[in-house]
Amino acid sequence: MSTPHFPIYMDYSATSPCDPRVVDAMIPWLREHFGNPASRSHAWGWEAEKAVENARAQVAALINADPREIVWTSGATESNNLALKGAAQFYQSRGKHIITVKTEHKAVLDTCRELERRGFDVTYMDVGPDGLLDLEAFKAAIRPDTILASVMFVNNEIGVIQDIAAIGAICREKGVIFHVDAAQATGRVDIDLQVLPVDLMSLTAHKTYGPKGIGALFVRRKPRVRIEAQMHGGGHERGMRSGTLPTHQIVGMGEAYRIAKAEMHEENSRIQALHDRLLEGLRGIEEVFVNGHETKRVPHNLNMSFNYVEGESLIMGIKGLAVSSGSACTSASLEPSYVLRALGRSDELAHSSLRMTIGRWTTEEEIDYAVKTIRENVAKLRELSPLWEMFKDGVDLSTIQWAAH
Amino acid sequence: MAYSDKVVDHYENPRNVGSFDKGDDTVGTGMVGAPACGDVMKLQIKVNPSTGVIEDARFKTYGCGSAIASSSLVTEWVKGKTLDEAASLKNSEIAEELALPPVKIHCSILAEDAIKAAVQDYRQKHAN
Repeated sequence: MSTPHFPIYMDYSATSPCDPRVVDAMIPWLREHFGNPASRSHAWGWEAEKAVENARAQVAALINADPREIVWTSGATESNNLALKGAAQFYQSRGKHIITVKTEHKAVLDTCRELERRGFDVTYMDVGPDGLLDLEAFKAAIRPDTILASVMFVNNEIGVIQDIAAIGAICREKGVIFHVDAAQATGRVDIDLQVLPVDLMSLTAHKTYGPKGIGALFVRRKPRVRIEAQMHGGGHERGMRSGTLPTHQIVGMGEAYRIAKAEMHEENSRIQALHDRLLEGLRGIEEVFVNGHETKRVPHNLNMSFNYVEGESLIMGIKGLAVSSGSACTSASLEPSYVLRALGRSDELAHSSLRMTIGRWTTEEEIDYAVKTIRENVAKLRELSPLWEMFKDGVDLSTIQWAAH
Repeated sequence: MAYSDKVVDHYENPRNVGSFDKGDDTVGTGMVGAPACGDVMKLQIKVNPSTGVIEDARFKTYGCGSAIASSSLVTEWVKGKTLDEAASLKNSEIAEELALPPVKIHCSILAEDAIKAAVQDYRQKHAN
């Protein structure tokens, strides 16, 4: 087997490369078409405004929304902040309780922490061992003073897809505003906001082959949802988000979403085949576990724990393969992934995970190389692992008194 | 994060990997760390009972590349040393040799703890 060119990118959930068609669409809006879309007095402004509105329609089309429901932001983090803080502030006279989930992205969790500091009360729901939210538990957590719930569509670490339709229906019934972080979902799962009972949805471009630094918030018009602006200024985006619109970024996001809508079904079946090939290649290894539900997940994500092998050392071994570890060992903190901990994974398993995310340009050859190098390195590191030795000797690791440091 | 050349060398070519029989009277075993913290080191020394000199050493480590390198390095260093010399090994020497960044200093501390624990285990066996 020949060695493919390095490096092999398998970290599409961190960010995806821009599609060349997206780059081509963006360039003119940096060169001759530099106008400010808010300029009403000349042609530069008019054409920029037209481009922005065209992109707004393209973004709306992917999620089957009305273009007037799209508010441009700098990305999903800002959209999450605007949705949660904006709705909490607007509806606080109705109540001060918010519900979210322990496996949400930090942009939601940290925003909720900030809302707690501002006097709101937040419930952080557990998930099952498969990473999914229990609907009955969610229903039971709703109180008379609950105003807002936030649940992500597709998890960034383990790729599981929450039942947004069912969660939304519960929210509707109880009169709770429902926010969905869909940063990892666009172009990967079908989103139809004519059907889904979602009030606010965060979107970003760079996980769907668009540029970084641009995103959007869907704000439902019927029934109308209100938010308070977090960025004040010239009153852009109907007062919900001031700031000069970055035409080139917006055009890029529009083009990226247009491509996603046109090609996602064909692309997803190709990626599903690659996912299956990767899974088949790795699951034969002893003591390997898939993190997250095996089928209610996007095919782009495969998160696996290689028991008794530490994730960071595995990543060091499989150089040439750009993946990430659930283990946050590279930071000063020695905490394993909070998402895997929320699934109830043991410390060893949480420290032993690899997140492999594939996408538009992943090839079969790359998958085969990944399988080969991961297999070799897992075997090598297990030879080095005292935990593996103990496991092989039949020692139950949970019975050992470890000297935590 | 970039690793130093010495860390990469020990990671790719770890020295003295393996295990001695724990029950052997001439062997001292130190196991430190915890899976919860993402590091477990097992370090073993084989001591000449008449001279008190460490004749051989073995290790196995579950942990990041710096943890593997720290323990691999220690097995090289302690060979030929007396128990007292081995027990006085400082983590700062390991960190310096491997050019560990601040977030990886704990790996060198763990390696120091491991050799101390192995020496103590050997001494306990021979306390009477």
